[in-house]
Amino acid sequence: MSKKVLIVGGGLAGTIVANGLCRHIAPQMRKGEISITMIGTTDTHMYQPGLLYVPFGKIREHELFRPQRKVLDKRVIFHIDPATNIDVENQKVTCKSGAVHEYDYLVIATGSRIMPQNIPGMEEGGHWFYDLDGARKLRTALDTFEGGKIVVNVNAPHKCPVAPLEITFMLKEYLQGKGLWNKTEITYTYPIGRLHALEPVAEWAKPAMDKDGIKYETFFNTKEVDPDAKTISSEEGVTLNYDLLVTIPPHNGAPVIMDSGLGDGGWVPTNKTKLLREGSTNVFVCGDTTNIPISKAGSTAHFEADTVIDNLASILTEGRWARDYDGKVFCFVETGMNTGTYVWFNYTTPPNPGAPSQMIHWFKLAYNRLYWLSARGLL
Amino acid sequence: MSERKVIDARGSFCPGPLMELIAALKLMQVGDEVEILSTDQGTAKDVPEWAAKVGHETVDSGEKDDHWFVVVRKAK
Ligand SMILES: Cc1cc2nc3c(=O)[nH]c(=O)nc-3n(C[C@H](O)[C@H](O)[C@H](O)COP(=O)(O)OP(=O)(O)OC[C@H]3O[C@@H](n4cnc5c(N)ncnc54)[C@H](O)[C@@H]3O)c2cc1C
Repeated sequence: MSKKVLIVGGGLAGTIVANGLCRHIAPQMRKGEISITMIGTTDTHMYQPGLLYVPFGKIREHELFRPQRKVLDKRVIFHIDPATNIDVENQKVTCKSGAVHEYDYLVIATGSRIMPQNIPGMEEGGHWFYDLDGARKLRTALDTFEGGKIVVNVNAPHKCPVAPLEITFMLKEYLQGKGLWNKTEITYTYPIGRLHALEPVAEWAKPAMDKDGIKYETFFNTKEVDPDAKTISSEEGVTLNYDLLVTIPPHNGAPVIMDSGLGDGGWVPTNKTKLLREGSTNVFVCGDTTNIPISKAGSTAHFEADTVIDNLASILTEGRWARDYDGKVFCFVETGMNTGTYVWFNYTTPPNPGAPSQMIHWFKLAYNRLYWLSARGLL
Repeated sequence: MSERKVIDARGSFCPGPLMELIAALKLMQVGDEVEILSTDQGTAKDVPEWAAKVGHETVDSGEKDDHWFVVVRKAK
């Protein structure tokens, strides 16, 4: 009987797994021995890192989207029908339409989402750029901003660890360009005792902020926002005034994970080297939705997906395990509108970023365009 | 005593043990305990310091084999 691989989630991780697997098991698919089905929520695929440029009008919205059907290998069966229940005991997934999909191997890749509603007053008082609607509103707010106090507020957990620093430095350059920098004060807040989770990035960020006159407040975990008084307060007892609050709200995983009892907060307990759901031998977890204590980033999703592809292909065709995931993460960091740097690390190698350069910035811009090749599994 | 959750943040450079702890506490009930394991010596100092600042309770901490551990009780 033919074996069924089911992928829930058609974002970066799910799409790379689907496309990569097609290539590895092409002969078996041709003979009808293995099928790959993906369940997604929309017919478009959004390039999330591009959202960073929306508030500054530096990317056109249509550039963020591609039809998911075109990003996916033709051999993948694709249903736009959100999963409502994932039943790992009985190996089946139920969707909104009532359709039930059985599987031999499941890949959960439902990502993470922002939860401004989890902090009192944040939805009403805050702006953000982590979804398109929020990025558009921030663009409008910046269009009419005439100077004042900006708070860039970072909450845990959140995806893309570098985006908060990037937006801070990009805001500065944008406001300099508009002649508003001398009327503006930016305060950057961060949950732990330094400016970034990665120590070397924090060490680089501090003098860079000092040089630019950007203020910072560490050990700041948001308790509440008062949209009328325009203040934001922390659990640690600090209150800041703002004219414009740019927040990176705390995240959760997808509702279907919680509704199916697969993990608190939507984070699926996952073996950090096997990428198998704890307690399962046929359920892989990939991308932001794992509970693995590493960065929730596109590069993590990519390296994890490559590992899942190798293991699934190997199990399906040769009945053996191929390799473990080493925890690799790689990030480009935009250090301004025209310079960038990068950093990589894994479970055993600490991070060590190079000096920012214009070339790395251009490389990141090129990578922005190359995203679609990587989603197709061609990089 | 309520349940005790364990976060194995050994080898986690980003977001790191304290960020993992902060995220985990958001999903816990008052009175629940969480044990964080870390290969970063700084954790043994940073976590109790932060917990005290915010008003959570450090129940236990120390060094075990190749790592450090801190147990925190959510107090509010
Ligand atoms: C502003 C911003 C900037 C970023 N910049 C970078 C960067 O520079 N570098 C980097 O590496 N990363 C960056 N990221 C992070 C990166 O985009 C994510 O980490 C990555 O997309 C994670 O991939 P994923 O497949 O796990 O999740 P996603 O790509 O979010 O995909 C999850 C998919 O699951 C679907 N889904 C959810 N629930 C269901 C359901 N019930 N049924 C079916 N489908 C479901 C969703 O619709 C979605 O399509 C950035 C993110 C943002 C928001």
